[in-house]
Amino acid sequence: MSAVLQLQQVGVQFGAHVALQEVSLNLHAGERVALVGANGCGKSTLLRVAHGLLKVSKGKVIAGPEVHQAMVFQRPHMLRTSVLRFVAWGLWLQGAAWRDALVRAEQALLHTGLQDLADRSARTLSGGQQQRLALARAWALQPDFVLLDEPTSSLDPHAKREVERLLQAWVAQAPVTLLFSSHNLGQVKRLATRVIYLEAGRVLADLPVDEFFNSPLGETHPEAHLFLKGELG
Amino acid sequence: MTTFADTSLTALRLLTELDPLLWSIVVRSLWVSVLATSMACVLGVALGAWLGVARFAGRDALLTVLNTFLALPSVVVGLLVYLLLSRTGPLGFLGWLFSLKAMVLAQALLVLPVVTALTRQCVEDAERNHGEQLQSLGAKPWLRSVLLAWDERYALLTVLIAAFGRAISEVGAVMVVGGNIEGFTRVMTTAIALETSKGDLPLALALGVVLMSVVLLLNVCISLLRRWRQRIDGSGADPVQGVLV
Repeated sequence: MSAVLQLQQVGVQFGAHVALQEVSLNLHAGERVALVGANGCGKSTLLRVAHGLLKVSKGKVIAGPEVHQAMVFQRPHMLRTSVLRFVAWGLWLQGAAWRDALVRAEQALLHTGLQDLADRSARTLSGGQQQRLALARAWALQPDFVLLDEPTSSLDPHAKREVERLLQAWVAQAPVTLLFSSHNLGQVKRLATRVIYLEAGRVLADLPVDEFFNSPLGETHPEAHLFLKGELG
Repeated sequence: MTTFADTSLTALRLLTELDPLLWSIVVRSLWVSVLATSMACVLGVALGAWLGVARFAGRDALLTVLNTFLALPSVVVGLLVYLLLSRTGPLGFLGWLFSLKAMVLAQALLVLPVVTALTRQCVEDAERNHGEQLQSLGAKPWLRSVLLAWDERYALLTVLIAAFGRAISEVGAVMVVGGNIEGFTRVMTTAIALETSKGDLPLALALGVVLMSVVLLLNVCISLLRRWRQRIDGSGADPVQGVLV
């Protein structure tokens, strides 16, 4: 399997605060990797480093050649435009011609079931619809590697299921690599093939999903114990 | 009390009878301030949006200078423009001194820091909140500044009101560079100052009423426009509003 992303001894520091330290990992094509851990453990920082939004203080980030990335944020910002144009803007910013962008945006809305809302203002959508729209935009970009920062954390259970269903359909249809952060144990079990557990900016465990939930990590690390019991986050 | 009542009645008569002297001053004032605000907005929004996104060495120092210019006394701007446009000044060859063009230039320079600083604040807040989402899509700083300014366009209307309010209500700069020449460079504020000193209070009061009405009308129109758009867009709070209220 080809490497989509390599992190070598990566460290990130904000002033005196160390957000990530000595993080090394390889992501391979087709993997679905969950980043888990308590708030402030470095999940979002790691995602931003992987996406190139943050510069590292130490180490190296090597993106795979010809790997096209897209990121979905925890709270997607809705531009002051229609739902259709919101998706088209994303494509246009990535170099698509406007006319072509509109056609591809329509397909993305169809794929995510938002076609009936195409002319609505993006800002009037509910939280769940906005997250689906953000997914539609990411889908329209046809990335090989999708990064998601707690994509369902601010959603109600119904909207959570909708977003998860879209993600599952996406990975079932296309050979896409996922790197997502989550506090939701069930979601991690349903979506991930591999789990990376972070604590205070360090990787404490990097295991296939089944092994992770049966690992003795919780016996040695109290925070991990709470997480595995579903009491953290 | 009687004097105040008489003055108010005479002022009302001047307004309702469409006194030509009064209305020529009003039209001239509006023309100068609209032109100056438009020029300052074009330049100030572009510069402010870029400053809101761009990061470079010396940015903090530049912002400190810019914020200092917010408190620039209008007579100082008038003096600087006077020196620039005076016969021996670097722009003296234009022959603009004591003309409407000089007044437009002075008001534009006075308003430019207001537009730039408030736009910068507005776009910088937007950049902090969701700039990385545009960055994630590949938008470079200059493109982000354009997109964020466009996205905050209704908040920037508040900046426009502040700028126009500053322009139309200032007296020092236009007095210095315009000369307050009757029928030529006399505007509402300079006329109010002159008529008050001459004791012609009704005309001064009538001009004051018009001045306040213009600003009020503009505020109402823009407020209605913003509410209408917010109903359609479902947008949240205006980040600049708190600065201006």
